[in-house]
Amino acid sequence: MFRDSPTWIGYETIVIKEVTRILRIWVQTIVPPAITMSLYFIIFGNLIGRRIGEMGGFDYMSFIVPGLVMMSVITNSYGNMVSSFFGAKFGKHIEEMLVSPLPNIVILLGYVTGAVFRGLLVGTVVTGVSLFFTDLQIHDFAVTVSVVLLTAIVFALAGMINAIFARKFDDIAIIPTFVLTPLTYLGGVFYSISLLPEFWQTVSRANPILYMVNAFRYGILGTSDVSIGVAFSVIGVFIVALGTICLTLLNRGVGLRT
Amino acid sequence: MKALDIQGLEKTYANGVRALDGVDLSVEEGDFFALLGPNGAGKSTLIGIVSSLVNMSAGGVRVFDADIARERSRAMSMLGLVPQEVNFNQFERPWDIIINQAGYYGVPRRQAKERCEMLLNELKLWDKRMDLSRELSGGMKRRLMIARAMIHDPRLLILDEPTAGVDIEIRRSMWRYISKINEAGTTVILTTHYLEEAEQLCRNVAIIDHGTIVENTTVKNLISQLDVETFVFDLAEDIAAAPTIEDYEISMRDARTLEISVPKTRPINQLFDALGQAGITVLSMRNKANRLEELFIRLVEKSGPPEEPADVS
Repeated sequence: MFRDSPTWIGYETIVIKEVTRILRIWVQTIVPPAITMSLYFIIFGNLIGRRIGEMGGFDYMSFIVPGLVMMSVITNSYGNMVSSFFGAKFGKHIEEMLVSPLPNIVILLGYVTGAVFRGLLVGTVVTGVSLFFTDLQIHDFAVTVSVVLLTAIVFALAGMINAIFARKFDDIAIIPTFVLTPLTYLGGVFYSISLLPEFWQTVSRANPILYMVNAFRYGILGTSDVSIGVAFSVIGVFIVALGTICLTLLNRGVGLRT
Repeated sequence: MKALDIQGLEKTYANGVRALDGVDLSVEEGDFFALLGPNGAGKSTLIGIVSSLVNMSAGGVRVFDADIARERSRAMSMLGLVPQEVNFNQFERPWDIIINQAGYYGVPRRQAKERCEMLLNELKLWDKRMDLSRELSGGMKRRLMIARAMIHDPRLLILDEPTAGVDIEIRRSMWRYISKINEAGTTVILTTHYLEEAEQLCRNVAIIDHGTIVENTTVKNLISQLDVETFVFDLAEDIAAAPTIEDYEISMRDARTLEISVPKTRPINQLFDALGQAGITVLSMRNKANRLEELFIRLVEKSGPPEEPADVS
């Protein structure tokens, strides 16, 4: 049976280990994003949002909920991968896997599953928190679920690349601080790019997070600044490209094998 | 069958340091094999390549006929590694560390639990199974790494200085355990700085220096190469000067202690007779150094001083 195969047992082991770790340190993994997003809802959605009025045909609070959920999914799937994989590398216990018969693809899939689990878990908690501030009607369930899942995979893979190249803890903070956060804030979480001048709209379209946030917003609200087909294509291209890079790096042993 | 077969193994690090320079080495199934060498000789690089933690520059390695480059998974499934440094997650419990390791080797969970219980009991870690592993003593951490390496019942077990820094009592209990594993059929390769350990445990030995094998023979053969042994003699009374006895090199350590190099061809009775005639009464005698240690030093000295800093392996 497939479930008895060594490959499946190896994958399952990594996933159980990751999920157990995430749940064991829930005060670090689940609570902080819930508190941060609650503050966003209160300050941006409730206090400032009332003065802004409508955006994209919805009240401001409803408009920012998909963006904030997506922001938490992105940061948590990325953060889980980079901290867990780099932690294993730094503590040398990654060697437990490297000396085992586990194929690299299984190591990659196991860690990605763990990171996606945390991203989706935090996304679910933030969605739950948002219900205290607004009513959510899901416009297209399939789009909503597939976009959030695929986006979590994209950022889990990106986190793996960061972790592979990182040599010290500072290195795992640079990308989230100087790349991920600016791209997320400029990715249409808080505004519709239709408010921007033409030039900045074009610039914004070079930001992949814009497609993910807007596709997710389409799934929930039914409105988007970009085509859903294009959004899925962008996400798909990133998954294939980042997945290939990750696997190549693992196969070559970059940052892992001397 | 060969448990390990290494042919023309070379490793040059990115900084240009040549750690292995064409190593050929084979270890027969069931052997208890010692790999000795000074710091920086290439021992850990060699073990790193065999366990796939280090990429080789050239050559080939086969574990029970499985090529580690072409059949990595099959080769690794037959190999267990106890590394020199602690490399488990110190925030996890021994039980979880071992069960997870079993999973990486595809051991079903129920079977892993049974085996984990057996190993933790055998290695006297059962009572500590739910403690944080960082709270374990140094000796317990070493034993935990042995249990972890044995969870998938490997055919070849490699131990990289397993007893470094542990007290003599634990060291001896580890020797007994490793010997038991070997008697049960597991091929064991041991690197150690304690040459007494190699002499007591191992049947065959290879000495590596400057990235090449300078000696590869049985421990018995190696010791038979020792043509002079140095003994320390404790005397009953003070003496003013070291006596001169033909064929023996004698030096004074202090007024009541002599160091005498005894050629293997000369009977030791003759030395005692000569000492007696010189009016010297011997209370006790002992080897100055472990026999293997003397040979090791000679072989390593013969191969010359290191060319690179000794921090590559």
